[in-house]
Amino acid sequence: MKDIALHILDIAQNSVSAGASLIVIETVEKPSADTLTVTISDNGCGMDSETVRKVTDPWFTSRTTRRVGLGIPLFMQSAVQAGGNLDISSGPGKGTKICAVFCHSHIDRPPKGDIAGVISMLAGANPLIDFVYRHVYEDIEYRFDTREVKKILEDIPLNEPSVIGYMKEMIGENISGLEG
Amino acid sequence: MAKVKSLADLKKMKEQLQSDISLREKSEHPEGMVQVKVAMATCGIASGAKDVMEFFTGNLQKRNVDAIVTQTGCMGYCYAEPTVEVKLPGQDPVVYGFVDVKKADEIIEKYIKQGELVDGIIPVNYETIDKK
Repeated sequence: MKDIALHILDIAQNSVSAGASLIVIETVEKPSADTLTVTISDNGCGMDSETVRKVTDPWFTSRTTRRVGLGIPLFMQSAVQAGGNLDISSGPGKGTKICAVFCHSHIDRPPKGDIAGVISMLAGANPLIDFVYRHVYEDIEYRFDTREVKKILEDIPLNEPSVIGYMKEMIGENISGLEG
Repeated sequence: MAKVKSLADLKKMKEQLQSDISLREKSEHPEGMVQVKVAMATCGIASGAKDVMEFFTGNLQKRNVDAIVTQTGCMGYCYAEPTVEVKLPGQDPVVYGFVDVKKADEIIEKYIKQGELVDGIIPVNYETIDKK
């Protein structure tokens, strides 16, 4: 995984598979505290404690097409290499929350990557699921919510290619504006 | 065209979007559409499936191909990621491996538009997977 955006794309798929109807993704950048925190939480089926314990093991997967599951282990490795850690909290019927903390200035902290592209792609690929993306830089925040987009666009589906393009543009403009 | 920066800007695009959609719907029948499925599990994403997915979503529309682009999971061909399954109307699906943007362009121009097979097919019988 080259950057944080790709990790988000990958980990959010787990929430989709868990049958979530709402997926909340947050990136909180606090250079003053030297942290970059990425949180992905969903209201999907959740996992029991035994499963939570096993998901960081690369040899564990819920799939049947192959015997390894690298999504969470790679995300964890990425965070640990950058002086941070990964925490999972989940319970059956309670949804799942995955939180990775990176040391913001660490030389091995992956770049953020194309977060706008990833969020719009997730929203477009799963029009029935609601996505919230929050990006915080120090004290300023941008919040994107597909429920608001759906309200405005009414009958126009979010999987329409031009809509995906516009969502990407909108998120990208706003999050790059945060640092400016 | 001005950039879309806010929900209000997005609202202004609504009319344009609606006319685009109704123009297309006239010729639309789901079975008659090309289906493109990009494998986007960890292995696919790590190998560049996101760029391939964006290329297909953006370019099929630009090139006036009636197509549905969706994501799928891992089919077990992790070594050949990014993989893309293409189903032309009335035909069996074909899976291409090691797809990058260049290959995707070739798939659109040759296979999707002209029905001409392109190198890079994974020669294994398989069934479309429903779950990743």
